[in-house]
Parts: sequence; C-alpha cells; structure tokens
Amino acid sequence: MTSEPEKINITVEFSGGLELLFSNQHHHKVTIPSHQQKTDEKSNTTQGPRTTIRDLVTYLCDEVMKDPRRDLFVLDGTVRPGILVLINDTDWELEGEDAYEIKEGDAVLFVSTLHGG
Amino acid sequence: MAPKPCALCTTNPAAIVRPKDRSALCKPCFFNVFETEIHHTITSTNLFTRGERIAIGASGGKDSTVLASVLKTLNERYDYGVELILLSIDEGIKGYRDDSLETVKRNAKEYGMELTILGYKELYGWTMDQVVEQVGKKGNCTYCGVFRRQALDRGAAKLGVKHVVTGHNADDVAETVLMNLLRGDLPRLSRTTSIVTSTPSSVASSTDPASHTNIKRSKPLKYAYEKEIVLYALHKNLTYFSTECIYSPEAFRGSARALIKNLERVRPSAILDVVRSGEDMAKLCPGSDEGCGGACGSNNTSAIPLAEEEEGGCGSSNGRSAGSEMANMDRQLADNEAAAENDLEVEITYHGRDGTQQKVKKTPKKIKGQAAGVVPRKTVAKQVMGKCSKCGYLSSQDVCKACTLLEGLNKNRPKNHIEVGYEEVEPIDGKKESLDLNGVTEQTQTLEIAGSG
Repeated sequence: MTSEPEKINITVEFSGGLELLFSNQHHHKVTIPSHQQKTDEKSNTTQGPRTTIRDLVTYLCDEVMKDPRRDLFVLDGTVRPGILVLINDTDWELEGEDAYEIKEGDAVLFVSTLHGG
Repeated sequence: MAPKPCALCTTNPAAIVRPKDRSALCKPCFFNVFETEIHHTITSTNLFTRGERIAIGASGGKDSTVLASVLKTLNERYDYGVELILLSIDEGIKGYRDDSLETVKRNAKEYGMELTILGYKELYGWTMDQVVEQVGKKGNCTYCGVFRRQALDRGAAKLGVKHVVTGHNADDVAETVLMNLLRGDLPRLSRTTSIVTSTPSSVASSTDPASHTNIKRSKPLKYAYEKEIVLYALHKNLTYFSTECIYSPEAFRGSARALIKNLERVRPSAILDVVRSGEDMAKLCPGSDEGCGGACGSNNTSAIPLAEEEEGGCGSSNGRSAGSEMANMDRQLADNEAAAENDLEVEITYHGRDGTQQKVKKTPKKIKGQAAGVVPRKTVAKQVMGKCSKCGYLSSQDVCKACTLLEGLNKNRPKNHIEVGYEEVEPIDGKKESLDLNGVTEQTQTLEIAGSG
C-alpha cells in the first residue's frame, strides 16, 4: 500500500468565542487524509489508522490556527475541558470523543463555554 | 455504529449526554428536562410571586440569553403570572459591551420584553475605559464588580422592580465556592451559595417605592450546568454573544474555572457536588439563614447577608478587606451567643464547645454561663445596616464602597473633567435612560482597545 492516502472533505465550525483563535471565522472547509500515515524503520510509509478527532485537532492547530495561543484550544493533546464538541449535531461523548473516526462530509463543531457574556 | 436511542422517549436518537447523570437524551427530551428542572428550582424555592415584575440582568451572553428564553417559556407554560423585563448594564468598554448590547436588543425584540440599558457613565460619571485609563488594568475588576452590583439595583429601582434575576449557573457557583474555600472566606461562601442573595426585609426603613436598598437577587439557573446552557442555546438557535472582557481576565477565578472544568471531564457530577457541598458548608456558617433556622433573622437586622458586598459578575473581591470580614464573623458569633441566651439555639451549646458531653439543662441561664466560661469573647461594636451618606445605597459603612472608589477616582481626575457627581444618581426620575436604542449602536466589531492601558 504505497498509494497516496485518500482525502476526505469535512466542515469545521467554531463558536462561543473560539472563532477568535481561527481568524474570527466560524466556518471552515477542511480537507484531511482519511488515514494517518505510518512510517516503519525502513522509512517506508504505509497507511495507518483512520483519522480521528484527535488527529483533526492537531491538524487544525498546525494548519488552520493563526493565533499562537494553542493552549486555549488544546490541553494535554486533546480538546481543552470546557470546550464542547458536536459531531454532526451530536455530543461527541456519544461518538467516542476524540477517538471518533472522521468520515466524508462530517460536520464538527467546537463550542467554547469558557467565554463570558 | 447504530445511534444510541434517547433514554427517555427511546425512539429518537440521542444527541446530548447530560453531565449530571450521564444520561443520553434526544433534543426534544433534553429541552423538556432542562426547562422542567428550572421550573422545579423556581417552585421549590418559591422564587416568584404572582404579579411580580422581574428584571432579568441581561448581558447578551449565553447565560442571560438562555435565562430570558426559558423564563419566558416557563412563565407562559406554568402561568407564573410574572412580568419579565430586561435590564442591561453598559460598563462603557468599547468593543466589548457594545456588541453584546446589540444581542440584548435583538433578544428584547424577539421575546417582546421591555429593555432598559443603564451606563456606568450616567450612573457614576465614569466609563470602565476611563477607569482603566486611571487605575490601570490591575484591580479594575474591583471597580467594575462594585459598580455593576449597584447598577443593577439602581436600574431595578428606577424601573420600580423589586426582583432581579441573573444568569449565574452551577459552574459559576461551584467556581465561587472553590474560590471562597481557597481564600478561607466562609461567610462569603455562605452568601454566594444561596439562591436568593439580598434579603428584602433587611432594611426595614425602605418604604420608598423607588428605594434601591430593597431589591431581591436570585439565580434560577443555579443548578443548571454550563454545558447544558450552551447546548440549549445552540439547539434552540438562540443568538448570544461571547467574548472575554478585554481587561485582565481574573487570574484566580480563571484557575478555579479551569479546575472545575478539569474535574467535570473526569467526573461530571463534580460541579453539582461542589455546589451542594457549598450549601452544606453554608449551613454550618454562623449568620446564615439556614444555620440558625431563620431565628436570628427575625429579631436581628445584622444577620442578613450584606447585599452591598455581594459579588458582581466578574466577582472580584479584591476590594474587600479581611478586617471587615473578621468583624462580621465576630459579630455573627456574638449574635449566635445572644441567640443562645434567648434559648433559641440550644442545640449549638449541646455539642459542647470543649468537646465534653454536657448535660442538657433546659435552663438557658446555665447554658449561657457555660458558653461564656469556655469561650471568652470581647464584645464587638454592633454594625448596623444603614444607608450610604453620599448616595443612599444599602451600606454597613457610612460611605458605601462605590462612593469610596469614586472618591478615589475623582480625586485624581483632572479638574476640567469633573462633571457628573454620584449624587446625581439618587434622584432617579427626570433623566432619560430607558430604551435608548440608538445611543450605543455605532460601535464597530473590533476588539482592539489595547491602547488605553
């Protein structure tokens, strides 16, 4: 399996103040690989596990977020407590949280509850 | 993976996990349960009375937006017979409040509620931007908190409203409980856990209908999780405004908040557990209404929570001196003793202050003698709740905290800037103020104010 990893298109939305970290833009169309890549000891890359919310969060931090304050979004490698995640309008707690495997066309919403009014 | 069905209706797919008990509900069942629980909070504490006019402290944020929406729904569904209006405070922070006030105006229209916007500028002669310019970004939350508390009461008085509800939720209360625990401030802990904060009967002299010393404060969302408030707003498509105050986010509250949120991730029930613990600790605290079974309150004006020192939204207590705290505590202990003397609190002395089993004699005199023998205490000059000599606001001091802060501000203000004195706030009628829909609309959406520090 040496072919290029398949890409999937999803929409990502930020609200509750989180959008401030993402160029003040609520909606983002994101294209990510469907699987992560694995590199073995001979530097051969093969297809790894499917891309999860955890991978998406890393991707968003690396590729989409312009604001340097990563820690307002991520803590200990996962979404910061106090930020709600909805996958296709459903609480991510029902979907396996950050281990959820992302599918084509998914809509992922991150809402901060941390900001005041 | 087949979607999990709702735990209540068992037909719709579940969309929400309740932090309280981890139950998975569909949207309609969640709305219903969320509203019903708030209804239960309201009825079980007899929060509202029929015919009452109630002002909702509205900031345009998630909590007050959801509060306004839910109260409107419940008032119609259960026929509380209360009149709901919106009251907003404009602190005068450019790029922060003016955007959220737009949201409040939209809500007012949508819910068909009357809206009043009151500015710090008109109340105190200072906007928060000007205060920050003067005192810097450190400690300005004290000013904002003290001013806001009075502002809501003054606004309520102006509208002839005796009851103000705020959107404080379970997370806020838990946060405050932790903060006060960490500060060792039990008297304040007991005050902030109570669903109703200022006690209307505390000042007997307020016969004046426009008096702002007799306003009841309550938090109907006290047991509602922040997560559920946000999800309610989200799934109901309520528009709210979210931003952080551009001036120093309070470091201590921030840490308490992070702690609460981390706890929630591991054990979601922790938030309500902390709230309940706070309530239980409050009962043990001298001077609390529950602690003395209400007996002290009936014959003692000073045992009532001090409205004037209640925390505002930002909840900084920096301005509160430890000395006055101690004095209050001491006074309350003295009150308890006085109550024991009147044979009102036999059970307290029964446990024995020195740990020895005391034989309970029903004669109050004996008990008093023992108590006095074990804990000698100097008498504390009794603090009487009165009115601020400058503005007339409820205060235990001659001059209330807002006036003291203002005095400091005004002293340093360049002479040519002194125009509006706080005395002008007292005569409540006469000036414009209500429903100024055009006055604050011109601000743009920028969040840059950095230059003013």
